[in-house]
Amino acid sequence: MKYEVVMGLETHAELNTVSKLFCGCSTKFGSEPNTQACPICLGLPGVLPVMNERAFEHSLKAAIALNCEIGRFASFDRKNYYYPDLPKNYQISQSYFNIGNNGYVDIVVKGKKKRIDIHNVHLEEEAGKLIHPEKSDDDYSLVDFNRAGVPLLEIVTEPDMRSIEEVESYMQILRNILLYIGVSDCKMQEGSLRFEASISLCEKGAKVYGNRVEIKNLNSMKAVLKVLAYEISRQGDLLDKGKEVLMETRLWDEVNAVSRRMRTKEEAHDYRYFPEPDLVPVWIDQKWIDETKKTIPELPVNKRQRFVKEYLISDYDAGVLTEDIFLADYFEACVKLARNSSKELSNWIINDVLRELNERKINIQEFTVTPKMLVELIKEKSTVGNAIAKEVFIEMVNTGKNAQSIINEKNLAQLSDVDELNTITANVIEKNPKAVEDYKRGKKNALAFLIGQTMKMTKGKANPKILTEILKEKITTGPK
Amino acid sequence: MLLHELTASKVRERITKREVTAQEVVEELLEWINLKEPLIKTYLCLDEDGALSKAKEIDEKLSNGNKVGLLAGVPIAIKDNMCTAGVKTTCASKILENFIPPYDAFVVKRIKDEDAIIIGKTNLDEFAMGSSTENSAFQITRNPWDIDCIPGGSSGGSAAAVSADMAFMALGSDTGGSVRQPASFCGDVGLKPTYGRVSRYGLIAFASSLDQIGPITKDVLDTALLLQVISGHDNFDSTCAALDVPNYISDIDRLDDVLKIGVPREFFGEGLNTEIKSALMDALKIYEANGAKLVDLSLPHCEYAVATYYIIATAEASSNLARYDGVRYGHRSRLSSDSNIVDMYSQTRAEGFGNEVKRRILLGNYALSTGYYEAYYLKASKVRNLIKNDFEDAFKKVDCIICPTCPTPAFKIGERVTEPLEMYLSDIYTIPANLAGIPGISIPCGFTSAGLPIGMQILGKYFDERKLLKMAKLFENETDFHLKRPKLNQQV
Repeated sequence: MKYEVVMGLETHAELNTVSKLFCGCSTKFGSEPNTQACPICLGLPGVLPVMNERAFEHSLKAAIALNCEIGRFASFDRKNYYYPDLPKNYQISQSYFNIGNNGYVDIVVKGKKKRIDIHNVHLEEEAGKLIHPEKSDDDYSLVDFNRAGVPLLEIVTEPDMRSIEEVESYMQILRNILLYIGVSDCKMQEGSLRFEASISLCEKGAKVYGNRVEIKNLNSMKAVLKVLAYEISRQGDLLDKGKEVLMETRLWDEVNAVSRRMRTKEEAHDYRYFPEPDLVPVWIDQKWIDETKKTIPELPVNKRQRFVKEYLISDYDAGVLTEDIFLADYFEACVKLARNSSKELSNWIINDVLRELNERKINIQEFTVTPKMLVELIKEKSTVGNAIAKEVFIEMVNTGKNAQSIINEKNLAQLSDVDELNTITANVIEKNPKAVEDYKRGKKNALAFLIGQTMKMTKGKANPKILTEILKEKITTGPK
Repeated sequence: MLLHELTASKVRERITKREVTAQEVVEELLEWINLKEPLIKTYLCLDEDGALSKAKEIDEKLSNGNKVGLLAGVPIAIKDNMCTAGVKTTCASKILENFIPPYDAFVVKRIKDEDAIIIGKTNLDEFAMGSSTENSAFQITRNPWDIDCIPGGSSGGSAAAVSADMAFMALGSDTGGSVRQPASFCGDVGLKPTYGRVSRYGLIAFASSLDQIGPITKDVLDTALLLQVISGHDNFDSTCAALDVPNYISDIDRLDDVLKIGVPREFFGEGLNTEIKSALMDALKIYEANGAKLVDLSLPHCEYAVATYYIIATAEASSNLARYDGVRYGHRSRLSSDSNIVDMYSQTRAEGFGNEVKRRILLGNYALSTGYYEAYYLKASKVRNLIKNDFEDAFKKVDCIICPTCPTPAFKIGERVTEPLEMYLSDIYTIPANLAGIPGISIPCGFTSAGLPIGMQILGKYFDERKLLKMAKLFENETDFHLKRPKLNQQV
């Protein structure tokens, strides 16, 4: 491509506090409209906001996890604009003294690390939700204020991303960080993680970026990637034709897969930010920062690198395991119990555990098979064999029983008793003189046939290693 | 003395001593209100039934020997910008003409808890924006001392009600002088507490960083009593101080130390009515005679107070009043079928707000606009700090500051309606205290030759209301200006 692309992202993550940012209303998702609203979040005359301490702590935690500089205090400002879902017609947000500034997130694209700078991290309140009637000739709209006042963390990057892959990696890693530190559930289907993207194109090597286009209301990572791909080609086409790309705000039309103009630069809002007089600044001392730091776990990128080094698994596998902090914890708990066999555990978790979780649509915390149970099963594998171990695993998931009791109940233990195997193999040799002759004459696969016959007689339970040894010995030394 | 002529403390005493029932007090008061209201027009809403049933409740408590509150049986008037659950709260604006709040303001809850009787909601300048109460969308309130004059504003209804004995005490709100200036014009005592002394929860905001609720009463003791009830921390107001409330009533008559009183030059210069100036000089002599030392001082940045105030107050107001949009409550314009949401907003607000409110919304939005924010709002915030510093420096040298409450006595109805700037200047001596956040009290200190009350203002250190009250009480003990009532109070 002949153009260079410059992209930035604003991420809105709803914090997972029990109550709203400035009042005691519940933040539960999916309740009957307007059942979680009070005079404060409805913006009735005379009400005042009171900061939810938990929401502030969550934001501080996020700002620290995103390597931000934390000021001596954070204060709040009013962002003034009119919209029917905004009860006060201003949003309490931050503009002058954010919780965090100048942070960064390290991403990995095609195995290469890149640093994405974070311009700021700030806390603000959610708006309500407009509900439009299904028939377009109905001349009304309704507002649901259940969401109004839910704490919302906004994370703004610098225009540092140069490819769609970088944007994708940034979004995934950011989401993982937020999940890791436990401040947001990041459920895109419930709107608790949303994005706004900005993008501009310029000639390769040009000193000045092209006009910036912003795209609002992107409700999933997929939508971000699609709209950016769309914009790269739309803006590229315009530039190819010698036309100007307008500085404007656009909306993504998911159904038709196009972006549409929302407003031009001239129509842009003047938000008339000014300090929120109803709230006092929140002072942040070093002690608070230090204590918050202690609550931040090892973050996904570091954990992934450590897994590769410490457990000798592939970078890809480490990536899968560290995508969810609880899955990573599960893996580490298993490794600890088993001492070694980390590679095998990793395979089991990625292939079998994740498959069962996906099929059942549950998360690892709800999984019936504990790390101890999984490790026990893998130990049993040497006696029951791989195929039976897989069967036992499914049974464990279904019943919650441990491997040993399933093996006993179903009599699945492997036949390793040498005396018993001697008797059975003698029988097989006697019944198949031709195969024995063939093997003696050098036909190697005749042995496989004899093993198969023995397996048939033991219903697959014979220990293949011991069985093979006995057969070889018997044929070469002849009948006793 | 008729019942309605008593002070709140006196009427409470008589009720709790069972010399009179709360019901009798309310009935007598209502009779008087109904007699005078057509002339003075202080109330936007009278809650006769509510008041009577609350009175019966208190009488019952007393006859059962139960404990009663600090304001037992005292009928109180509330400025109509404080929310009263179930009772209309209009801010004297068409946009809230039919608004009934579902909750009580903090101060309303406090006075109810102390067994006060809310008699009604008083008139004000629309959204407390004005200095004469002429900006009410509903009625013009008259000054009981001269019915051709305004009562001051914006708490004009509350001040006139107390002065005309139509309420035993009242609550007002003071953003730039809206308690002290009308108290001064009506011969009442009016106090603006330190910013953060009284919760603003339920006070319909005009300018959040300046608004403070305060008492308007017939004498200093009643102000102390009402302040005692409404002060203190509230978890619903982050700007409300988490400080203990001292006892304002005990020892109110005792001043131990020799006090140093600051007399700021800038408040006695050009533009001050000569009769007011000489009343103040006489008042200062009384303090001197009681052992106080007068200290000449300067508050150099107060010159810019009015300009600063009209940037900060209007900026905050433009945002505070944005919520009145017709979407959820209050007035909504009747719209034609082809109109959209923006039409709804603009028509609703065009119809719902009066001219002064619109003027201030426009000024405020302008001051906050991109490109002007630094020149106006930010600059004003810096000047505000300088004014604050002026006072902090002064209070290193003196215990309190005495100055006139207003440069002129009450002016005629209609006189300044077309001259907004002149109207704004009537708050020139009261605004600095709001910008600095310090407390100030206005007490009667004389009368003009035309018989209009003159107010003296005492300003104090942060949270030093106790000293202000003692200073005010000392003056009251030495004089009888507070005892004089308007002529019309005798006419039945």
